[in-house]
Amino acid sequence: MEFKVSKKENRFTLTLIVIGVLFTAIGIMTTYSGDHFLTRLLTNGLINSFFFFAIAIGALFFLALQYATETGWYAAVKRVIEAIMGYLPYGIGFMVLIFFVITIKDGAHIYGWMEPEVLDPKSPHFDEMIHMKSTYLNKPFFWIRTVVYLGIYLLFWRGFRNRSLEEDKIGGTEIHFKNYRKGAVFLVFFAVFSSTSSWDWIMSIDVHWFSTLFGWYTFAGIWCSSMTVLVILTLYLKKRGYLPKVNDSHIHDIGKWVFATSFLWSYLWFSQYMLIWYANIGEEVIYFMMRIEHYPFLYFGMFMVNFIFPMLLLMSRDAKRHAGTLTVIGIIILLGHWMDVYVMVSGGSLGANAHIGFLEIGMLILMAGIFIRVILHNLTKSPMTPVNHPFLDESIHHEI
Amino acid sequence: MADRVIYAMYDDEEILKDGAKELVAKGVKVEEVFSPFPIHGIDPIIGVEETRLGIFAFIYGLIGLTLATYGMWFFMISDWPMNIGGKPSGSYLDNMLAFIPITFEFTVLCAAHGMAITYLIANRTLPGMKASNPDPRTTDDKFVMELRTSQNTQFSEDELEAMVKSTGIIELEQKDI
Repeated sequence: MEFKVSKKENRFTLTLIVIGVLFTAIGIMTTYSGDHFLTRLLTNGLINSFFFFAIAIGALFFLALQYATETGWYAAVKRVIEAIMGYLPYGIGFMVLIFFVITIKDGAHIYGWMEPEVLDPKSPHFDEMIHMKSTYLNKPFFWIRTVVYLGIYLLFWRGFRNRSLEEDKIGGTEIHFKNYRKGAVFLVFFAVFSSTSSWDWIMSIDVHWFSTLFGWYTFAGIWCSSMTVLVILTLYLKKRGYLPKVNDSHIHDIGKWVFATSFLWSYLWFSQYMLIWYANIGEEVIYFMMRIEHYPFLYFGMFMVNFIFPMLLLMSRDAKRHAGTLTVIGIIILLGHWMDVYVMVSGGSLGANAHIGFLEIGMLILMAGIFIRVILHNLTKSPMTPVNHPFLDESIHHEI
Repeated sequence: MADRVIYAMYDDEEILKDGAKELVAKGVKVEEVFSPFPIHGIDPIIGVEETRLGIFAFIYGLIGLTLATYGMWFFMISDWPMNIGGKPSGSYLDNMLAFIPITFEFTVLCAAHGMAITYLIANRTLPGMKASNPDPRTTDDKFVMELRTSQNTQFSEDELEAMVKSTGIIELEQKDI
């Protein structure tokens, strides 16, 4: 079955984009003359580029995981996963753009280590800690790493997508076994890159601070957002009648992923927080002091939203099979994870000066509009159910 | 009223499943199935009620949570105030982070043990209890379906037996209880 973007969907995404542009414009006009304008604008750019890029990379990771473990049940929703990961090139485009502007502006107070005077021993702003880290955190090496991460992600994305379309045409098991091997190789790369890239892109905003759990923490948030988008999109497409092979058991399984990854995220949030709280070392607690002092509502609020909420509401089997419950919880969790990224980035770059206004909301709506539009467009490019997937039969008869 | 039980033995779970489907379609009530391993998809066919074990697990978990919280408050805050991580605040809320791992573990411990013991009691399989399966071979490689005449009064005993025999059984046994 081929997907067609309906007029209503077209209108919806366009409305989102127009509202987003409008709000962003109002936000820019009202804050243009104030302090921190550029930092605030680029901070928002980084938050939203990263958040939606992360959902796409989470989908790519999830697909590779299914390949590497030779999972069968997911075949019926495989094209939905592929549509989400199809945002990857756009996400990479936005990421590169925002990094480029930040680099030109010498960090724009987001990446403090990009400013030349902190490395100059004669300058009053000389920072010895940043100076010690400068063999790793410097502009050329940052760009080399970024290009390597994004390039390798893009290569694997193209490979998986092309082989998936090829499989539709020729069938057989050769492509399946190739995917199996490539999936495993991707996971090895992703295991390292998901950690190091979150240090480079996000943890280095709080340049004096470090946490060895940070990579996992960011990755858990990525995975959870991805699963949430997957469940919402699958439910929507099923309601529209495009996924006749998807039954309650598939929905239940994706619901379990949302539940489980919410716990993974909460577990890592807590582990990072508790260890630093227990040790009580000044240079470590500063990260949480800043966030608790200036973002108390958001910081603990998003923990409630991302943990207590899915735990209590998604615990029962019936809730994980109920479309309405899953959609409402999904949208709220997704907003919760956006807040998480917001606090991670803004807490380091703007600190006490951050607040949510037209600019923040506008850019989120704008990027969400682009994201949904790209995903819906991706869905039109291939049949909604893979034709020759070796596990398709198993997936159609999936029952738990 | 005297009740007669019919035990029909199969040597393949798929044949049993098909047989059960056929019998249920004709309106026969299947009381129980004995098998050496869980047969996937048999529950909805013979109409087994959905288990309430999950609800019990939740309740046991809540009990564990309450006990752990009360216990640690009593040990660490009330009875003998402890200096936790160099922060002698003497307040449960301020020190809560330190208590969460143990609260979590104790919740899991109570839920898991409570659930396992409840399961054993509900199935009457606590160590030392008498086995209730009709034939020891159902713990090896045979499958037995149990029908009761009292639950299938619309059929005569012979009719019932004839229907069961047509489903590919290997042995049939009757017993008064």
